[in-house]
Amino acid sequence: MPDIVVKTEDVVKEYRMGSNVLRALDGINIEIERGEYISLMGPSGSGKSTLFNMIGALDRPTEGEVYIDGQNMSHLSQRQIAAFRCHRVGYIFQSYNLLNVRTAHGNVTLPMIFAGIPEKQRNEKAEKLLDRVGLGDRMYHLPDELSGGQRQRVAIARALANDPSIILADEPTANLDTITGREIIDLIKQLNTEQGVTVISATHDLKMLDVSDRIVDIRDGLVERIRNRDEIEIQVGEVGGHE
Amino acid sequence: MNQKAPIEEQIDLPFLESLRISFQSLKIRFGRSIITTAGITLGIAFLVSVWTNNEIEFALQESGRSTDITSIDETSEQGISTKDIWLIIMSLIVCVVGIANSMLMAVTERFREIGTMKCLGALDGFVVRLFLLESGFQGFAGALIGALIGTLGAITLGLKNYGLDLFFYFPLLPARPENGPMQVGVLLLILIGCVLGMILAVIGSSFPAWRAAKLPPAEAMRTEV
Ligand SMILES: Nc1ncnc2c1ncn2[C@@H]1O[C@H](COP(=O)(O)OP(=O)(O)OP(=O)(O)O)[C@@H](O)[C@H]1O
Ligand SMILES: [Mg+2]
Repeated sequence: MPDIVVKTEDVVKEYRMGSNVLRALDGINIEIERGEYISLMGPSGSGKSTLFNMIGALDRPTEGEVYIDGQNMSHLSQRQIAAFRCHRVGYIFQSYNLLNVRTAHGNVTLPMIFAGIPEKQRNEKAEKLLDRVGLGDRMYHLPDELSGGQRQRVAIARALANDPSIILADEPTANLDTITGREIIDLIKQLNTEQGVTVISATHDLKMLDVSDRIVDIRDGLVERIRNRDEIEIQVGEVGGHE
Repeated sequence: MNQKAPIEEQIDLPFLESLRISFQSLKIRFGRSIITTAGITLGIAFLVSVWTNNEIEFALQESGRSTDITSIDETSEQGISTKDIWLIIMSLIVCVVGIANSMLMAVTERFREIGTMKCLGALDGFVVRLFLLESGFQGFAGALIGALIGTLGAITLGLKNYGLDLFFYFPLLPARPENGPMQVGVLLLILIGCVLGMILAVIGSSFPAWRAAKLPPAEAMRTEV
């Protein structure tokens, strides 16, 4: 039996603006297996980020249920949700979302502070993680002093701080040039293969295609189709020609 | 890691850890903090100078030394004019609005930071505590400087009007004259200024921070300033 990490059941998200109701998600059903690399693809405004927020417990669905590790997320208390975000998920955003008041090292230690890990241990771990993403010589710089690619590396190190089982990445390469984007994708893919972390990534980036196990195409708040890796390979060939 | 284990409850941070995070944040945002703090300083300086000036005038009128023009036509039989009371009330309002506004601005531009901290596992209570601590320090420091500036300002004006007589009748301590309102005294006024500035800063910052902390992180992070 497959080991399902994430399962959504008829997830609907509506945004209310005055008397207008915008249905950003219109009944999403997906199942993601442990260790998979999933890309959510779709045109701008199709609902990728909205789904990302539902899976990561960053917002609540209007209707439907999200299950992570078999747990119904709507049944969790405030403290359990905070612990879930702290321990189970690592978030990576398009705009990095680093805390500007903390150094690279300080950003990576923060989730460990929230987890109650002793100072010495978390400092060592932050150094190890920053080394691993190739920022060993930039640890004590503030985010303002780093390039986009370096900031995203800090965000990746921070996402790994509490050994999450899921990495959620919302367009992690959208603000980066092709080469830097490629490096970031390789880094995320490496975590996926070496540590078995489940990766769920919303993206427009066609470079993401050839590292994905499955691609979920989202259109107008619905799952349009789900493609497997073997169906993808052919198309990467086509795409490669254009770049 | 422990994937199948049920989800635990998030722990509270030790107070010292919160204190460290808030100091670090104030230190790095020093330039920005100074601007916000200056708002508090100005508000309190204005209030304290108006009020102290008022007390000085009253004390010197009591002593029969006051001979300047303003006190001849404006001062009522009670020794304090309604104009003066209005001035104090107005300066209090300016002070409250000014401080609340600068704290609100300072918190609003940090909504994204609040959302991000919640993504990393911060409890709502931690976010509020962080802003409470930061604004408490800022409020106290800003208000103390403001109160001292305000007092110095009033003393300077007093010296100009009354010369060295000012120091013979200086209203340092609280007093209760028979024919006038309660005199608070300059020492107590400085204290009132500090406490008021701190309370206003803490309320002005913790309330919006609490509201931002209640938002789902996705919404808090959407706000662009
Ligand atoms: N907080 C919000 N309030 C109102 N409408 C929203 C909100 N968030 C998203 N929407 C709307 O929901 C729809 C889906 O948005 P979403 O951000 O999920 O799209 P997306 O697929 O991530 O697009 P992009 O590729 O541009 O990031 C859009 O029409 C958007 O305008
Ligand atoms: Mg998006």
